[in-house]
Amino acid sequence: MKPGAFEYRKATTVKDAVAWLHSDLNSKILAGGQSLVPVMNFRLAHPSLLVDINEIAALHQITFNADTVTLGALVRHQEMAESTEVRDRLPLLAVTARHIGHWAIRNRGTLGGSLAHADPASEWPAVMVALEAQIQVEGPDGARTIPASEFYLGYYTTELAADEIVTAVTISRTRHRLGFAEVARRPGDFALAGSIVEDFGDGQGSVTWFGVAGKPERVVLALPEEESARARSFQSALGKLSQLDDDRHRQQLAVTVAERAFQHSRLTGHEYLTFEGGQV
Amino acid sequence: MATKTPIRLTINHESYDVEVEPRWLLSDVIRHQLGLIGTHVGCEQGVCGACTILVDGKPERSCLVFAVQAEGADITTVEGLSTDPQHLTALQESFRDHHALQCGYCTSGMLLTATALLKKEPHPTEDAIREALSGNVCRCTGYQFIVDAILAVANGSKEVQE
Repeated sequence: MKPGAFEYRKATTVKDAVAWLHSDLNSKILAGGQSLVPVMNFRLAHPSLLVDINEIAALHQITFNADTVTLGALVRHQEMAESTEVRDRLPLLAVTARHIGHWAIRNRGTLGGSLAHADPASEWPAVMVALEAQIQVEGPDGARTIPASEFYLGYYTTELAADEIVTAVTISRTRHRLGFAEVARRPGDFALAGSIVEDFGDGQGSVTWFGVAGKPERVVLALPEEESARARSFQSALGKLSQLDDDRHRQQLAVTVAERAFQHSRLTGHEYLTFEGGQV
Repeated sequence: MATKTPIRLTINHESYDVEVEPRWLLSDVIRHQLGLIGTHVGCEQGVCGACTILVDGKPERSCLVFAVQAEGADITTVEGLSTDPQHLTALQESFRDHHALQCGYCTSGMLLTATALLKKEPHPTEDAIREALSGNVCRCTGYQFIVDAILAVANGSKEVQE
């Protein structure tokens, strides 16, 4: 239950971090470490070099512009849950953050770490796919932007090269109602199933699940007024996922949790419309 | 690669100069190098919360941080809750009065989490207390007396004697 030996370096610029990653392909980025350190303690991971990026100041920023918000890779889950600006302007993110792990985990765990780790039961990848976010990454050849929908390949697998790091995520303004729901055995546990539902307001919408498939996928679907019709619509959307878990209980739960996310969008939907704190 | 790095840790307002291997967990350095054995180690995978410490006032898992990362941080362990070894904090008194521990293994983590909660939110509801404690596992008490002890402090029915 102790990690193997590794070399430790503290980066103060993204450029240095990338150069060090490139110099040793058995290296890993150390951000919050709330997933990496447990697997190192179990010796499931044994990197030869850890590049600590916590002192790269530029990666800690949350920047709201007129039509976008850019979230730095080192924003901690708890900061997202508590930021007044996030709560006012894009409360879905604050609601989501409160579902991640426990308080002590949220104080250290980071957005970028969660996105790059790509645990299929984790919240941020699904939220970023649901919101059609753009993930900014940087490698030895410079920076590039990858749509969240193309970033995830499957279980713990992303487009990110071994010498690239996630630097930020950009979300564009949305006018749609958004809802979030998650089912876990106990608060803070990994999600058995979770969902983000977007209601376009014209009988159509989208659903994105986590915990029920290898990667998050945003599926556009009909959202009929009648509940049993809606359940059938969620069921058929589930059938469109490319890596759905072969577990009937999970699949039933997925329909239930999507309905809860839809109800959540109805209950507080007006708060979820824009970046402007309720104005449409 | 057992090369050691000298670091300076600030724990309970005291400075400690210590040489560590990068792979050493903060929890182990606190216990084995510094002898502050009030910080307990349970699961070493971030699940149980026994090793919870305060880093710049916020609860964190000391088993999920390397000691080399903790330089420059203001760390509080259970030994640092009361400045006077003859006196317990109001919260510690309340734990004693409410029988909020049996084996005591989880207690230091519970105390640190609850201390941070009461600092951030002096009058939390029972739900807020249970939510804050959800990351600290206790196998003896069933939590009720722990929640009672914290509620007593939150409701001011416990006199603060520091």
